[in-house]
Formats: sequence, structure tokens, C-alpha cells
Amino acid sequence: MSRDTELGDTQHRDQEPPGEPGRRTPAPTAPPRRRMSKRQRARLFRGIQYGILVVALLVLVLAADWDSLGRAFFDPAVIVNQFPEVMTVALVNTITYTAMGFAFALAFGLVIALMRLSSVGPYRWIATLYIEFFRGLPALLVFLALGVGVGYAFGLNLDRSISIMLALGLVGGAYIAETIRAGIQAVPKGQVEAARSLGMSPARTMITVVIPQAFRIILPPLTNELILLTKDSSLAFILGSTLAQHELTQFARNALNTDRSLTPIVVAGFCYLMITLPLSYLSRRLERRFGKGAKTGPGRE
Amino acid sequence: MSDTTRPVVEISGLHKSFGSLQVLKGVDLQVRRGQVVCVIGPSGSGKSTLLRCVNLLEEPSSGSVVVNGVELTDPDCDIDAARVRIGMVFQSFNLFAHLSVLENLTVAQRKVLRRSKEQAEEVARRNLARVGLTDKEHSMPAQLSGGQQQRAAIARALSMDPEVMLFDEPTSALDPELVGDVLGVMRQLAEEGMTMLVVTHEMQFAREVADQVVFMDGGGIIEQGDPADVIGAPSHERTRTFLSRVLDPTHHGPSDPTG
Repeated sequence: MSRDTELGDTQHRDQEPPGEPGRRTPAPTAPPRRRMSKRQRARLFRGIQYGILVVALLVLVLAADWDSLGRAFFDPAVIVNQFPEVMTVALVNTITYTAMGFAFALAFGLVIALMRLSSVGPYRWIATLYIEFFRGLPALLVFLALGVGVGYAFGLNLDRSISIMLALGLVGGAYIAETIRAGIQAVPKGQVEAARSLGMSPARTMITVVIPQAFRIILPPLTNELILLTKDSSLAFILGSTLAQHELTQFARNALNTDRSLTPIVVAGFCYLMITLPLSYLSRRLERRFGKGAKTGPGRE
Repeated sequence: MSDTTRPVVEISGLHKSFGSLQVLKGVDLQVRRGQVVCVIGPSGSGKSTLLRCVNLLEEPSSGSVVVNGVELTDPDCDIDAARVRIGMVFQSFNLFAHLSVLENLTVAQRKVLRRSKEQAEEVARRNLARVGLTDKEHSMPAQLSGGQQQRAAIARALSMDPEVMLFDEPTSALDPELVGDVLGVMRQLAEEGMTMLVVTHEMQFAREVADQVVFMDGGGIIEQGDPADVIGAPSHERTRTFLSRVLDPTHHGPSDPTG
């Protein structure tokens, strides 16, 4: 909404000064039919938009049954019931699973990215195949395959945490690999030439010069990947869990059944936002610092 | 390697093609120890490619490049070891953007030459002093002016104790008022006896500092010799045309079809 007003205002300001004198000159010769100027039409249009919004809000306020809504979404008794476990168990588990998955995805994604850029053809093909395969699968399917399928097929029961880490990491790694590859290719060629001309080997150049700069470039998209993984960690519910293993979604699902209220879902939702909102804030800040960073550079002072 | 009679750089029969485009068509050139050789010529004449072939940033199509007695064009040559003794300065500076000036100067010393941190920093500070950037060692490259960046890049190359320095149009990306600082450093290097191969458009620098000037056009050397001869009294028509355009850019002769 504020975006709308801003846009409208700039338009307003942009058009008025050049428009006014220009329009006055042809006015006498123009046909007498009264047409609204562009500026007037824009103003009218904006007025209509506000009108619709106000009407919609009024209807909502008057028609809604606030008591039952409040009870459904923010039942204080149910909220109290959630604590402290929703924080001490569920939130902690969600963060733990995400962290494990992201660490694996990052390491694995780096390997896949380097394979995609390899001079050895088969490595490139394998990496491409891997990325296309795992980007095309629902994460839920991978969780099922690792958590349940592997057990049935090979009689091999992976540790639950390991399954979660692998499932999140295999899927996230495919996306992260593409991000890292793009980052590596975005490092200016001159940086590589400078490193090579100082006698660094290709591997040394990659480690000392290219990868550190690539990570600066991809920090914002990498943060987004972390947010996606945070949400995907909810899929761990498919693996079954004891009370102590509940992450936020499973925890809310249980409470939903015992309390017969929407409130646990709202609480879990807020907990997810507690993780993801700071991350997106961080992502935006990193973008501002490194995104166009070529100009200002990483140094701050 | 320290054979004083042998040229530091020996280029013979050098050809280089990019696809079907022949950029170098058989270049022979020698740079002796302590000599400053300036390569001049119109854009597209192959002079930068020639320079980049000397440390094999471009792989020659045929011909041989021998530097410090090591044949770089030998497929089994340890090119990384050979490049340590060949300093390179680029038109676009290419300082490592994620490292401070001091780290730019020490990173290769430590990772390639395996010098200790203390030794590398001591060498780095000595070379920063040489180029007049003592107070900038903790700055990031992006905080420096173009001239300062280029001087830091020269100091970075010098920190590896090179036998020869290659300059690829080192002042072409600089604002005019910053060119003098960089040329000053290069002149000082030349006076200290550094062996230098310089691709440049700075005719005055070539005239005053070079021991030998090489004029290239169309992928080959047209003429070479004493700067007073090549720049002052060129014997070849193409050299004369080029020089008249460079030295007097507003003059359009009748022989200039594009003018």
C-alpha cells in the first residue's frame, strides 16, 4: 500500500512540472471536449483503489465474529500450554535439523559446483545430472526415500538425524551447487589471471582467490537457500518422531489434535518467522553491502 | 639462470591465433638483462597478446618463448614455477578485491614462495615504500584511486622478486592526472636496473625511458630500435602514420580514410 502511494506520488511529481507548461500551449487549439489530464486520471484511479480498500476493511470489521476468531487463533490457555516446549524442544530441533542440513548442503554443493566446472567431461555430466535430478524432485519424496525406503530396500536403518541431514542436504545441495557455480563464474577473469601470473596453481587460485570472492557474491542467495531449508525441515515429520524429536510443524500438529484449536499452528508459524524474518533481513543487508559491492568493496571505512 | 650473456626473454617465431583470426604472425624479440623495451602500435596490432604470451596467459599457437633460460612453451615446463620470476602488471590492476593491500602483497609470497608471515610482510612493506604507498597497507583496493591501485599492483609483482616485469598498458585505465605517479614508479624501476617489457601508449615515457622501442602492426614487428630513431625518425610509413595520429590526434591527414 505504501508502495502504491509512493509510486503515485513520484508519478505525480515527475509529470507535473514538464506537463503543465506543455499543455497550456496547445489548449486553445484543442477540441472543446473535456478530457481528464493524465494526472487527473491517475488521481481518480488512486482514489478508487483507496475506496475499495476502505469498504473491504469495513465489511471485515463488521461481519467477523471477533470472539470466535480470537478463541481459534489466539486462545491464551492453549498458548500457555505450548510453552516452554515449543521453544526448548521444537524450535531447537528445527534449528538443529536446518543447521545440519545446510552444512551438508553447502559442503556437498561446493563439490558439485566444482565438478560442474571441471575440465573432465564425465564430472561435468555427473554434476549436471545430479542437479537436474534433485532439483526436479519434491523434497518430501527424498525424505520418504531416505527415511523409509532405504530401510525397506536394504534393511539398513539410517539414524533419524542422519536421514534428515542427508535429505535436506541432497536437495539443498543441488540448488546451492548452481548458486556457487554462478558465483564462481561471476568472479572477474582478471582476478584469476593476476593469481596465476603470481605463480599460483589453478587449485591454489581457486581456494585463495576465486572461492572467497564467489562467496561474497552469493551470500544473499545463500541466505535465501537457508530460509528454504528451514521450511523444508518441517518435512521431517514424515520420519516419525518421539516427543523430544519434534520440530515445530510436528509439535504444532500434535498440539492441534490435543487442544482442538488453531492456536498451536499460529504459535508454530510465529516461531518459523522468528528464524526466517531475521534471515531475510540479513539477506537484504548483505545484498546492499555486497550486491553492488564491486563499487564500494567489502571494506567499510 | 644467472647467465649474464643470455637474454632474459627470447621470443622466436611466435604465432598466435584465436580461431581463424591470426593475431601474431611470427614475432622474434629479445630482451636483455636490465633492458627496458617498449612495445607500441595501434590497437589490434597484437602487442598485448605478445606480452600475455611471455608468461603464457595466452598459449602460443607455435613458436617458442624462453624466459630466464626456461622454455615456457615446452608442454612439460612447470609454468607456475616459471611465472614466479615473471612479474605482470595489468591494465585493469586486478588487485584481489577481498584482500587488503598488505595481504595482496603477501598472499603469493606465503602460498607460493612459502615465506613466513614476518618475512613476507617485511618484503611487502619495503615494496610499498618503493611505490609510495606506505600509509595504505591496511586499505582495501576499492578504497584506493586508480593510480594507487596500479602502484600497489606493481608492488605486489615486485614482492615476488621477479627477474623481468611485464606491463600491459599500465596507465590506459587511469585518469590523466594519475598517469604520472605510475610512470614515475616505472621510471624509477628502470633506473634501478629492472628488466622490463612494456606495452604502452605513453610515447614520452617510451622515448625517455626505453632502451629499445618496438613498433608492431598487423601481428608483426614493423620496426625496432633506439627510441630516438623509431619515435623520432621512423623509417617505415606505417610507423609514421601511427605516430602522427598518436602525437597529433586532432590532425587528420588526407591519407587517413576514416578521418
